Amino acid sequence: MKKVIVLGATSAIAQATVRLLAARGASLYLVGRNAANLEAVAKDAATRGAAKVESQAVDLNDFNAHEGLVDAAYTELGGLDGVVLAHGVLGDQAEAQKSWEATEAVLRTNFLSAVSLLTVLANRFEAQKAGTIVVISSVAGDRGRQSNYVYGASKGALNVFLQGLRNRLAKSGVAVVTVKPGFVDTPMTAHLPKNKLFASPDKVARGLLSAADARKNEVYVPGIWALIMLIIRTIPEAMFKRMKL
Amino acid sequence: MKSLESWGRYPQVEQRTHSLVWRTDNLPREGTPLLPHGLGRSYGDSCLNAGGTLLLTSGLDRFISFDPSTGVVRCEAGVTLDMILRLAAPRGWFLPVTPGTKFVTVGGAIANDVHGKNHHRGGTFGRYVRRFELLRSDGSRRVCAPDENPDWYGATIGGLGLTGLVTWAEVQLKPISNPYVLQETVPFGNLDEFLVVARESEKDYEFTMAWVDCLARGKKVGRGLLYRGNFAPPQFDGLPLAKSHLSHGIGLAVPMDMPAFCLNRLSVSAFNWLYYHRQNGKPTQRLTHYDPFFYPLDAIYAWNRIYGKRGFLQFQCVVPYDTARDALKEILERSSRGGLPSFLSVLKTFGDIPSPGWMSFPRQGVTLAMDFANRGEKTWRLVEELDRLTREAGGAVYPAKDARMSPESFAAYFPRHAEFARYLDPGFSSSFWRRVNPVSLPFSLEAERGVAAAQPQSLLAIR
Ligand SMILES: Cc1cc2nc3c(=O)[nH]c(=O)nc-3n(C[C@H](O)[C@H](O)[C@H](O)COP(=O)(O)OP(=O)(O)OC[C@H]3O[C@@H](n4cnc5c(N)ncnc54)[C@H](O)[C@@H]3O)c2cc1C
Ligand SMILES: NC(=O)c1ccc[n+]([C@@H]2O[C@H](COP(=O)([O-])OP(=O)(O)OC[C@H]3O[C@@H](n4cnc5c(N)ncnc54)[C@H](OP(=O)(O)O)[C@@H]3O)[C@@H](O)[C@H]2O)c1
Repeated sequence: MKKVIVLGATSAIAQATVRLLAARGASLYLVGRNAANLEAVAKDAATRGAAKVESQAVDLNDFNAHEGLVDAAYTELGGLDGVVLAHGVLGDQAEAQKSWEATEAVLRTNFLSAVSLLTVLANRFEAQKAGTIVVISSVAGDRGRQSNYVYGASKGALNVFLQGLRNRLAKSGVAVVTVKPGFVDTPMTAHLPKNKLFASPDKVARGLLSAADARKNEVYVPGIWALIMLIIRTIPEAMFKRMKL
Repeated sequence: MKSLESWGRYPQVEQRTHSLVWRTDNLPREGTPLLPHGLGRSYGDSCLNAGGTLLLTSGLDRFISFDPSTGVVRCEAGVTLDMILRLAAPRGWFLPVTPGTKFVTVGGAIANDVHGKNHHRGGTFGRYVRRFELLRSDGSRRVCAPDENPDWYGATIGGLGLTGLVTWAEVQLKPISNPYVLQETVPFGNLDEFLVVARESEKDYEFTMAWVDCLARGKKVGRGLLYRGNFAPPQFDGLPLAKSHLSHGIGLAVPMDMPAFCLNRLSVSAFNWLYYHRQNGKPTQRLTHYDPFFYPLDAIYAWNRIYGKRGFLQFQCVVPYDTARDALKEILERSSRGGLPSFLSVLKTFGDIPSPGWMSFPRQGVTLAMDFANRGEKTWRLVEELDRLTREAGGAVYPAKDARMSPESFAAYFPRHAEFARYLDPGFSSSFWRRVNPVSLPFSLEAERGVAAAQPQSLLAIR
């Protein structure tokens, strides 16, 4: 990935990824909704050695902006060969159970806006017959649990969409990489007590990039989550539904 | 509440934490005193805030700019010296001043106005801080520089994190031709010899420091090895690693909480003896990468755990040349007599280059740093005794390495403390600050308890 658009570039995991890409001398088009924070990320990337850094502050839930955003990235960087899609919200499960608006906000950000952006990007990549699309999903999409099934559903739907996209783009030489982090110590989880399973954004970013380099299909980062989720997926539903998870 | 330690792992206190994420964010309103916390490489309680909130700056680790033609780097305050070296050393720039570990933040380096092996030539870190932004709990932001808000600039350098949060800073680096240091080792037989060799070395060597054998007694008090060096000239540019910021990979790891008996007198004596005799008394010269030269301890991950759960106390003083010989002799003798040997003891001379920081610790004279395994009362009394000796010698103790200095000592060491106090952020405080500025109570404790003349220290328990 030499010319990369990063969607949700102010996310902690995205920032760590941007640093690694910058150190490799990549050109970056950074997108986030907070202009001041985005500028801080852009300057950091430029200082750390990115060949070129351009950015655009936009709310990614503004679907009408997506086409223009991708156009701008192509123009500014003279093409694109990589996508890192990172934006997302955790939402509040209790709130979502009470209100459709709260549920919709999570689905809109984590699923619909991703689908809208990937629709535009996939067509470009398919036409150019090259590129790597990396999307940050979550282990939460592997199985619905009462504690966060709205967020889980948004990521689960995303996973299925990405499977289909991967299937479609395989013949065009475009890799679609689904990254499923476990717990990561970022602002999204600032309110949670931390335990040994929490990984640093840097560790997740390294896992993400090595999966992208190897054009993997689906990866759990850190790898231990492949095992944990295997166990969780294997529990029979009749038993699972009675568990407190 | 979460327990976060200082590097000495003593004292242990309970405090809340708040992670800072963006330099443009406002400070949290916690209702309890705030204190910035970098990498916790200070030893005692100056980076602790019992009952208050630590503002963790590790998320403020972004670079803002770096100009390889001028060597000016601008970055957020949580950027570490290690990160700066990774960025700048391969492009021919080095830190103008560096402490003995690269795992400190720029904010921490400013707040303690840190010094390095080149103090006699370069002064303190604060001298190279061109400007920084200070964010106060009232939400105000000030850019501080020698010619812009100079009073805030002077109060914040060496200001122990108490004037507000430094969000970003601009530092002038210094050019190097390659990452190598030409180093020479000179043994000295006692304190008098040290004073001669150290002063002599200042003329031709940019970097000097000495390891001292803390168990030597009598005529041999203060014997040790002096390390002196300069960055290598350009003819060494072509060597391998020339573009590297590291000489080696990650070093040994000290296993978690080694029991305190690892540090019994015998093992320390053996260590000291070996260390002292390995050079056979002959000066040697060699070429080394800057990494092991400046940061030998960084190769041993979490070495502070070698002292076990109870931690250790660090003591670093500086005494003026007039009193240096006698005072240091006394200090070294006291600590070896106390049966509490110091594991790592370092001697160095400080030059007379003034710092812009009002509360800066370094001043002309000789500085001695020691560490003592924490054995409770006995250790605390020893360190308090060393504090008293330092004060009597007209010297000063380094707050970044202190857990025991008395309020009187603090006032004596830092004559500008009253002026400084006017610049304190009312929303900020630290365990150290409360200890050296005990609150005066509206009644007399002595009268209350009916005891004779209690020292102000007895109020230390009030936090
Ligand atoms: C192995 C070792 C060797 C050392 N050698 C030396 C040496 O040679 N010379 C020397 O001078 N020191 C030395 N030190 C001490 C160390 O350099 C200082 O204690 C340094 O300040 C630690 O920085 P830190 O980032 O860990 O900050 P912390 O220890 O976490 O905090 C130090 C102080 O800085 C304040 N602070 C931190 N960030 C900010 C901010 N953003 N804004 C305002 N205030 C802030 C804190 O409130 C606190 O008062 C050494 C320490 C170790 C462990
Ligand atoms: N942290 C974890 O434990 C964890 C675990 C598994 C998966 N993930 C996934 O990892 C990804 C990155 O999250 P993170 O952990 O790095 O948390 P984060 O730092 O909170 O990042 C989330 C980012 O998404 C951005 N964002 C949200 N809505 C947006 C919108 N409408 N338009 C533009 N940007 C928007 C946020 O921008 P603002 O800063 O402006 O709000 C924020 O930068 C997310 O997809 C998350 O679901 C995280």
